[in-house]
Amino acid sequence: MTLREMQPGQKARIEKVDARQPGVVRLMVLGLIEGTEIQFENAAIGGDPMEVSVFGTAISIRRQQAGNFSVSPIVTNE
Amino acid sequence: MNEKSTIYVPVEKIGIRRRVSATLAIIGNPNSGKSTLFNRLTGLRQTTGNYPGVTVEKHSGTVQLESTAIELVDLPGIYCLGGYSADERIAVDVILGRMADTHAPCGLLMVLDATHLYQGLYLLQQLMEMQVPMIVALTMTDVATASGIDISIEVLQRHLGGIQIFPVATTTGRGLEALKAALEGVADSPAPKVPESWPELSKTADRLIEQISAPMPRIDVIQALLHPRSNLSKTLEQQLGTPPIAEARLALFADEPPQAVEARHRYQWVRDVLGEAQQQAPMLERYEAKVLHWLNQPWPATVLFFAIMALVFQAVFSWATPLMEGIDALAVAMSGWIATHLPDGAISSFLSDGVIAGVGSVLVFLPQILILFLFIIILEDSGYLARAAFLMDRVMRSVGLSGQSVIPMLSSFACAVPAIMATRVIPDKKARIATILAAPFMTCSARLPIYALLIAAFVPDESVGWLNLQGLVLLGLYLLGIIGGLTTAWLLKRTALRGPKPHFALALPEFRWPNLQTVLIKLLERVRIFLKRAGSIIFIVAIIVWALAYFPRAGAIETGMQNAIVQAETALQGEPLAIELLRIKNEAAAAQLSQSYLGQAGRFVEPLFAPLGWDWRVSAAVIAGFPAREVVVAVMGTIYAVGEQAEEASLVSKLRSATWPDGRLVFTLPMVLGLLLFYAWCLQCAATLAVIRRETNSWRWPLFAWTYMTVLGYTGAFLIYQIGSRL
Repeated sequence: MTLREMQPGQKARIEKVDARQPGVVRLMVLGLIEGTEIQFENAAIGGDPMEVSVFGTAISIRRQQAGNFSVSPIVTNE
Repeated sequence: MNEKSTIYVPVEKIGIRRRVSATLAIIGNPNSGKSTLFNRLTGLRQTTGNYPGVTVEKHSGTVQLESTAIELVDLPGIYCLGGYSADERIAVDVILGRMADTHAPCGLLMVLDATHLYQGLYLLQQLMEMQVPMIVALTMTDVATASGIDISIEVLQRHLGGIQIFPVATTTGRGLEALKAALEGVADSPAPKVPESWPELSKTADRLIEQISAPMPRIDVIQALLHPRSNLSKTLEQQLGTPPIAEARLALFADEPPQAVEARHRYQWVRDVLGEAQQQAPMLERYEAKVLHWLNQPWPATVLFFAIMALVFQAVFSWATPLMEGIDALAVAMSGWIATHLPDGAISSFLSDGVIAGVGSVLVFLPQILILFLFIIILEDSGYLARAAFLMDRVMRSVGLSGQSVIPMLSSFACAVPAIMATRVIPDKKARIATILAAPFMTCSARLPIYALLIAAFVPDESVGWLNLQGLVLLGLYLLGIIGGLTTAWLLKRTALRGPKPHFALALPEFRWPNLQTVLIKLLERVRIFLKRAGSIIFIVAIIVWALAYFPRAGAIETGMQNAIVQAETALQGEPLAIELLRIKNEAAAAQLSQSYLGQAGRFVEPLFAPLGWDWRVSAAVIAGFPAREVVVAVMGTIYAVGEQAEEASLVSKLRSATWPDGRLVFTLPMVLGLLLFYAWCLQCAATLAVIRRETNSWRWPLFAWTYMTVLGYTGAFLIYQIGSRL
């Protein structure tokens, strides 16, 4: 599954980033790299762009780039 | 100090300038509280300019200390030293002392946001590799504590090779004195011991350094390896040849972009440090957090965005009105005073119609521009600008731009000048220029008087269904502006400004109450730029237009007027006399204008504008409006002999009855619609051109914008008139 398929409020860990796709490196510089825990907060109308938080910082990602981040969901018992 | 004075005045209050002993640069992530800290440290002792060759603002200021002063250079807020944007390149050049006209800093003051240590430590680590002495100001500690983040400064310091860390609260000023005291010693402190987050990279750099003959600093070799297309990389290739460097890169980065691999290594280190130095206590979700969360849902957020924009427009157009009317009334009163106290003639006309009208036309827009600037700055400072960009990204993407163009675009509905100045938030250069060229199409407040006049005069006040026809035409003109601007951006992004889609990797800061001092300093700064760059142009142009419309004077018209006045005074008295005198003066003014340089120019270009259905009078008014479109109504008032301050009704009736020599009406519906379209699309504003020049740093774009928009306006008016007249 990729970041693109996440549901609002869902948490996941980034497993693999395809850095060769356009626009991905810039997101990695903001801290979206393998091994980090992220949460999909919200999206704009139409689901694009998406708001993802990493270590307390919200980052805006377009859906097109979100597809380059493979994630594994984290199940929390709340 | 004055020797006679016996009153003790603190040195700060009288602003004695102490000797500047060192230059430091302040650097940090965007929204890290860097600007607020910079303003706190320097107060109003600031200077602003531009770095040579780029449109990045250069701020510097002096910090007054006990016995000396320190020059502080405020570097742009950045996330990394990657060299993607002009901001990042400038930061590197200034730190390494490669920027012309800027002292090489002896050290750095790094601003680390306690609530966003993750991104902050990434930049900090890159800065440490530059081997420049530095200290760290840890901001937002109060916010961090409130949200359950516990940071151990000792642990952090240990990981950062012993760098001094000073917690400061910029809102209250707590910790500021300790930081100031430490600034003095920064330059003499040793460069930090660099944490090893990527030993292979350092080892490779050291190995390459051993092979080169001319010495190259290690940081340069590292930068050259990380940025294959940079100048540093070329220098290194000249020294070593391409193969060893390509081999080194393959070993380090495989087939991935160097920055991606760099990000992995550095963030690995950052995560390890955070794991030890930072604890996040579980927090109960507070009431405010729940409200904010709900407001961030797609639909509420979008509704809120439009509500905020509506508030901005309400403020720009209605709060400014009393001030604008006051400035107008003041200008009229001063002109009246001059008319009664000075004899008629060139000097009186120069002062009232040239100087006062010129200054008035600069100042009359100042209230609107001030309010617009104020809102843009508050949106920036509160962090909402990024949120607005996020919400509107999808819409702007359809014309090849990103969400960051949305605030400049919307601002240009009030005035293109602040809008174009606000495009600096757009990191992508091509997207920024496309936005700059689209902004002047939007219906600004200076277009409204001419729209109102022509619509009231020639569009029937009828209802179409339950809509008013006049209102519909006005709406149509707004839409024409939007269509013109967006199509232009779309076309440019596909032709002259083609490039990769602007990427939209943007951190969305939390809402923060704007800092009053920062807002006021920025507001003063932008108003100063407006008055200096745009105001001076508007004023000069107003004087030129006045001279064109005033000279040469015809003696015959003057004598004729005097004779007519004498005749009228013998034949009439009371109110009929006053009306007759006004008529005579207006007729004389119209006759003078008719043979002035402006009138001659109108006749000269009449053949050019005849296919659009314009006679020499309309042509002259349009020419007078090229430097600043807001003068058009006043020029028309003079040309049609109703006086420049005429009641709209009298000008309307003159326009309605204006004819060609053969008796045909000049203002037919197709001609008026064409004229309206011309005003919608033509760039009749020298101030906008001056600001485009400043913001793009070349004459190419203002010249292009002017030519393109004039051709577009002319063609549109031509087609409407020619087709409309044949229907």
